[in-house]
Amino acid sequence: MSAPDAGGESTRDREPVLRVRGLRKAYGERLVLDDVDLDVHAGDVVCLIGSSGSGKSTLLRCLDLLEPVDDGTIHLDGVEITDPAVDERAVRRRIGMVFQAYNLFPHLTVLENCTLAPRHAHGVRRREARDRALGLLERFGLAGHADQHPDRLSGGQQQRAAVVRALCTRPELLLLDEITAALDPELVGEVLDIVRDLAAGGTTMVLATHEMSFAREVATTVCFLEGGRILEQGPPARMFSDPTHERTRSFLKRVLAP
Amino acid sequence: MGPSGSGTTAAAAGAWRPSPRELERRAARRRQGRRRLLLASLSTLVVLGALVAVVVTSPGWPRVRETFFSPYHARESFPAIVDGFWLNVKLFVLCQPAILVLGLLVALARGTHSPWMAPLRLLAVVFTDVLRGIPTLLLVLLLGFGMPALELQGLTNDRYVWAGVALVLSYSAYVAEVFRAGIESVHPSQIASARALGLGHVRTLRHVVVPQAVRRIVPPLLNDFVSLQKDTALVSAVGVFDAVFTAQDYGLYNFNFTPLVVVSAFFVVMTVPLARLTDWLQRRVVERERAGGVA
Ligand SMILES: Nc1ncnc2c1ncn2[C@@H]1O[C@H](COP(=O)(O)OP(=O)(O)OP(=O)(O)O)[C@@H](O)[C@H]1O
Ligand SMILES: [Mg+2]
Repeated sequence: MSAPDAGGESTRDREPVLRVRGLRKAYGERLVLDDVDLDVHAGDVVCLIGSSGSGKSTLLRCLDLLEPVDDGTIHLDGVEITDPAVDERAVRRRIGMVFQAYNLFPHLTVLENCTLAPRHAHGVRRREARDRALGLLERFGLAGHADQHPDRLSGGQQQRAAVVRALCTRPELLLLDEITAALDPELVGEVLDIVRDLAAGGTTMVLATHEMSFAREVATTVCFLEGGRILEQGPPARMFSDPTHERTRSFLKRVLAP
Repeated sequence: MGPSGSGTTAAAAGAWRPSPRELERRAARRRQGRRRLLLASLSTLVVLGALVAVVVTSPGWPRVRETFFSPYHARESFPAIVDGFWLNVKLFVLCQPAILVLGLLVALARGTHSPWMAPLRLLAVVFTDVLRGIPTLLLVLLLGFGMPALELQGLTNDRYVWAGVALVLSYSAYVAEVFRAGIESVHPSQIASARALGLGHVRTLRHVVVPQAVRRIVPPLLNDFVSLQKDTALVSAVGVFDAVFTAQDYGLYNFNFTPLVVVSAFFVVMTVPLARLTDWLQRRVVERERAGGVA
């Protein structure tokens, strides 16, 4: 229950890892992100909450430069990554992403999925990539499935494998899109432990989630998205007990209702 | 610039203007685009120029130009080639739908599971194995000369028609395999979802499997059809006066091979529209159905 803000003041003064200003994204006529501002500092765990279709996944994809943005800027460690001259692949090598629908490569085994990027995008030696992947698979309880193809795994196992795949590149920033959506409650707890573990180890994360208890537990900042805007953000303690906006209040009442 | 009259929130939302940074970015992207275009044009020019230079400066070029690129012979042979090419086009247009239907039937026959269908499955396997194994040219010769020789009652003795039948049989075997590969590439979970929705085997195939398979097999199918367009030239082997036979005939009579180059140009021109059409179809599918792709 230690207040996540306690030692935070010193980090607030430093340049944030991720600084988003005025981000706008439209699909044709449909405006999906509208003037989004967001700061993520080193060690922060930012949870994006909001109803289905509010733009959480789109925001995460924009942060990973998987979607071209229509306006606004994103800075990673003080460097603008929305600049057309920037090397997108170099940026993506520093960011890890886990998708809502795992997106493991079906033609590779779990282990091969995990060593692909380290070996072919990061130049890690075969042996080291293998050891690193096996270590992480072990930690996530997947050691026994390393040589299987993803289709043979349960949904929860696939999702954990996808998290391991993202961690194998040792990203500075981890983007997680509803990674607990497909997990049974027992595994949610397990992944929550791991995410908390990662946060304690200094991994900076932005994650979209529908699991409010998860957000309350693990977040340092909670952002409420509605219609493509961040309507309100703050530490979970305040966001969940005393939200300012009427819309946030009604959303929380809806999702927290037993 | 000023909002005149009753500016509502909707109007305000519609009145979004790109920020200066965005405008700058767009300008930078345009500059990047121009630079890429310039580089592409330059490198293309250099490579093409070098190739042309090598050919034109080669010692045999004047003779080659006379025998293969003579404007006079091109003009002279042109009308006869057009007439002959019409036969090629007709053959292609008639064979193509027949091949699609027969190929799909063979593929579906191979995909049946019921024990009653075993003879049909066997027939389909033999069909593809045998007809894919025989060189198309041999099949054209066998049917083109063999069937009329049988003097069967009620069947045509036209070698042109039998050559067409040979093309249909040969290409159906190829296309059947393309269809089968497409059908098998649809993920089992798709079939499971369709079954779970209560669709039967045939409906699942018709509404879920085949439409997805078709999207995937359009490029290989196009490939086979371009190949078919060219293989209509095989009818020249049984003495049908198509474009190729006409050009050969002219060439041997006048000791000039320019008509062969003219026919080649005809074939290229015929295949290009099909290729562009497929590109366009593919792009439309991608734009409508796929999201989250990275350019
Ligand atoms: N490629 C696309 N083309 C057009 N519209 C899209 C595309 N991707 C997303 N959208 C639209 O953008 C909106 C936001 O989608 P997004 O996936 O970001 O929502 P979300 O907050 O992640 O929802 P969920 O909680 O259900 O995952 C939706 O209304 C969706 O219809
Ligand atoms: Mg989503």
